[in-house]
Amino acid sequence: MAKRSIETLVGLFVLLGLAALVFVALKAANLASFSGGDSYALTARFDNIGGLKARAPVRSAGVVVGRVTSIAFDPKTFQGVVTMDVQRANLFPKDSSAKILTAGLLGDQYVGLEAGGEIDNLAPGATIKLTQSAVVLENLIGQFLFNKAADAGTGAEPAKKP
Amino acid sequence: MTWLTDLLAQLGARTLTVTRGWGHAAIFFFDLLRALPASLRRFGLVITQIHAIGNRSLLIILASGLAVGFVLALQMYYALVTYGAAESLGLIVNLSLVRELGPVVTALLFAGRAGTSLTAEIGLMKAGEQIAAMELMAIDPRVRVLAPRFIGGIVSLPLLTILFSAVGILGAWVVAVGLIGIDAGNFWSIQQNGVDVWRDVGNGVVKSVVFGVICTAVALYQGYETEATPEGVAYATTRTVVTSSLAVLGMDFVLTALMFSAPR
Repeated sequence: MAKRSIETLVGLFVLLGLAALVFVALKAANLASFSGGDSYALTARFDNIGGLKARAPVRSAGVVVGRVTSIAFDPKTFQGVVTMDVQRANLFPKDSSAKILTAGLLGDQYVGLEAGGEIDNLAPGATIKLTQSAVVLENLIGQFLFNKAADAGTGAEPAKKP
Repeated sequence: MTWLTDLLAQLGARTLTVTRGWGHAAIFFFDLLRALPASLRRFGLVITQIHAIGNRSLLIILASGLAVGFVLALQMYYALVTYGAAESLGLIVNLSLVRELGPVVTALLFAGRAGTSLTAEIGLMKAGEQIAAMELMAIDPRVRVLAPRFIGGIVSLPLLTILFSAVGILGAWVVAVGLIGIDAGNFWSIQQNGVDVWRDVGNGVVKSVVFGVICTAVALYQGYETEATPEGVAYATTRTVVTSSLAVLGMDFVLTALMFSAPR
């Protein structure tokens, strides 16, 4: 009799542990959302990938349609090669473009796919031709300062003349 | 010149002792592994041990998990609210629990709660010459006594760890949503975006399995090799806690470096 009750208690303990695992996996982690599934690969080359990381979302019209699987450096063209997995259901036209965008002002970076107008779709493993690199804050500030200085230079000249 | 040779002799003797100790422990560990299949055939013994090791540790693990979740959520809130990022409270508590605190704190509590009782039990069995009696009756004490406890520990610790993490996250939920008033939808969705099942939760489970092997093996070794006196058992029990705690902390660093050093 005591043996039976011990077995019940152990069974309860194991079930409790498994329930906790399911809770953590489903409610507190991303198993329920996009997890692999049926997908195909696309690559895109960027001059600068900024802070993009593997597993970053791939969005089209703001909706997550895939994930970045790997990021590599091409020593021949000196570009960043981004490989991503896109859900099989979402096919994109051949002239679609890829951009590296930022969620919010300081958020994580993601790949934005913008659909083009061609009839043929990108085949699995195809490379997206039209790309736009990440905006690097330092370059932006540098450009801004340079323009400011150029404006100041042209503005200052008439004042010096008399 | 004799002092020099004495010094050398002492150094050599000490090196030999330490090396022999490691070798002894390694042979013990492999004997233990060899005894596992035979003990699986008597699964009732394993069930009894899971009850003694796992079920009986449940209360302290759940209470600690809840307390850690509460405190982490409260403390993180004060830091995060300064940066207007209070919504990520759940994510921070979740990641720190699932990756680090859950496996490590549970293993430390486990060493204190279950490891000591294993060592004391087997040490007293040895002191009472029960182990010698088994050997006389041609019963392998490794199969009958050690292996069921080893399996029990390896099964129990991962279950306790995931319970610890789950209860901690629930504790953080109580504080964040109930006390502070963070939106419940955001609390969960930020976690679902930031926590990866395989990379974070899976690696935490792998860690807890490794810690289960370490804690249980150390406890069994200390108990089995104890000096068969009351002082010997007391000393072995202390050493169980110290050795398994240090081994867990050291191993945690190695595992973290292996698992999480690759760029995300």
